[in-house]
Amino acid sequence: MSIASVNYSSNGAVSPEPEFPSAQLSIRNVTKVFAGKRDIFSKLSGKTSRDFVAIEDISLDIEPNTFVSIIGPSGCGKSTLLNMVAGLSPVSQGEILLNGSPITGPGPDRGMVFQNYALMPWMTVEENIRFAVETVFSKLSPKQINRAIKEQIQLVGLEGAEKKHPHELSGGMRQRVGIARALAINPQILLMDEPFGALDALTRGFLQSEVERIWEQQRKTVIMITHSIEEALLLSDRIVMMTRGPAARVDEILEVPFPRPRDRNTIDQHPAYHDLKAEMESHLFRETRAVEESRIR
Amino acid sequence: MAVSQPTLTKTKGANGSAPWLNENVKALGLFIISLVLFLLFWEIGANLKLFAKGMPTASKTLQELWWWSTHPFFDNGPNDLGIGWNLLISLRRVAIGYFLASAIAVPLGILIGISPIAYKAFNPYVQLLKPVSPLAWLPLGLYIFRDSEKTGIFIILISSIWPTLINTAFGVANVNPEYLDVSKTLGASRIRTIFKVIIPAALPNIVSGLRISMGISWLVIVAAEMLLGTGLGYFIWNEWNNLYIPNILVAIFIIGLVGLILDNIFGALEKFVAFGRKA
Ligand SMILES: Nc1ncnc2c1ncn2[C@@H]1O[C@H](COP(=O)(O)OP(=O)(O)OP(=O)(O)O)[C@@H](O)[C@H]1O
Ligand SMILES: [Mg+2]
Repeated sequence: MSIASVNYSSNGAVSPEPEFPSAQLSIRNVTKVFAGKRDIFSKLSGKTSRDFVAIEDISLDIEPNTFVSIIGPSGCGKSTLLNMVAGLSPVSQGEILLNGSPITGPGPDRGMVFQNYALMPWMTVEENIRFAVETVFSKLSPKQINRAIKEQIQLVGLEGAEKKHPHELSGGMRQRVGIARALAINPQILLMDEPFGALDALTRGFLQSEVERIWEQQRKTVIMITHSIEEALLLSDRIVMMTRGPAARVDEILEVPFPRPRDRNTIDQHPAYHDLKAEMESHLFRETRAVEESRIR
Repeated sequence: MAVSQPTLTKTKGANGSAPWLNENVKALGLFIISLVLFLLFWEIGANLKLFAKGMPTASKTLQELWWWSTHPFFDNGPNDLGIGWNLLISLRRVAIGYFLASAIAVPLGILIGISPIAYKAFNPYVQLLKPVSPLAWLPLGLYIFRDSEKTGIFIILISSIWPTLINTAFGVANVNPEYLDVSKTLGASRIRTIFKVIIPAALPNIVSGLRISMGISWLVIVAAEMLLGTGLGYFIWNEWNNLYIPNILVAIFIIGLVGLILDNIFGALEKFVAFGRKA
């Protein structure tokens, strides 16, 4: 990677010696409260709402070069947690440390992959990636920028589609662009919020294998939200299972011991596979049933 | 696959519709038939004096249309000017007023749209002024400028500013938040976000605002010119004073045609900036 040598401190994000050498990202007693509406206009229109505690007192340490999946019932606060790590949404209590320094806002040391791709429709594939590279590495020469873009396009297998606009691409191709754009800024951590959620099963399986291949090459720290047990088992080193909201917590963290590189066709032959799967299924089933029951009452 | 191919062509043939008889061809046929019927009805009706007294026949009107369009540029003084000159005069007024309006509305709309507070604070002004009839501004314009030319441009400006302003502000205020998140996670500066993300994202709204404004300008100019000295509106007014209806019909046709062309230009522009989005 030619852009790996660029110093991040020029972009305002600092990377001093880590306080806790083992943890790259450290989430400490984080709580998220969405403030209710209590201003005069809401009071006059009778539309006041109470504070909502989405996440309560979550702590989690993530070592470098690990692939972490977060799984939990729908609406439990997974996106909320990821957005706080991304710096898009402030923490209400506690703190999140990246290499020992607290996260105060978004920054290019964390790359984000969005569920609905979030590609700029007016930019071609190449321009979408270029926007990211030029924003983050504004000091590079045009030649270096072009090389960095080309590298990413090759990495995710988008050769030949450079001049196409997103609306001319399939969902799978679009998410490749999304991944390439996130990787192009050479982040320390890759954040993915249900990256394959909008894809059909076949494309999904194919892209999972692609992500597995790319991850073997770069071994970046990844935090991925998913609803799919198989996906989590195929890709992750650790799986974080969250309880239902409100005031969601971390219920349990599973270590996934399968050797790498992994193959989706043979992974279920590992002796621990079915136990892990059964454990996750029962957790998700229990939490989802509780959510549904609380809805009926 | 090889089996399904022949059945596919067979079902198409079985439908019995020849390939050249598609929807567009049918619509064109219906259009021509209805036009012929309309002209026949008009011609016969006018000859039988079924309509108002002095109503010209279709053939007379078409003759006039032919004459005016083959002699567009002659100049025998302000009351006898070729229709081409009048058209150019009207277009020039529209162009100046519309350009000024857009040059104000687009940047102002962007500024208002970027700030949610400004958006809410300035909305009442826009909503109040938008529905005012353009002609209500005429006396004010004449009083301020004491000049018919400037008044015409002023009226175009004041009535075509609102749709562009509203649409621009709306488009900017409602940019897909995901695009802004992308920009934020990359650490893009505010200026870079505005020029590289917010404005391009709002462009479909801006262009449809410009399209509506153009339509309004063209509507307003004809009405305003009836009270001014030259242009297509004055041409109609003048022919009304001469009580020569065929020329009025000719002018109506030309005004409609030019409006149609202008609208199509902006329609094409809308498609050009859409990139698969619906405006
Ligand atoms: N801006 C907000 N204001 C108020 N409440 C919010 C806001 N954003 C999210 N919430 C609430 O916080 C809870 C968690 O939302 P979040 O989107 O993080 O869930 P999720 O786990 O990502 O769900 P899903 O699996 O459906 O994506 C939900 O109950 C949601 O209604
Ligand atoms: Mg979510």
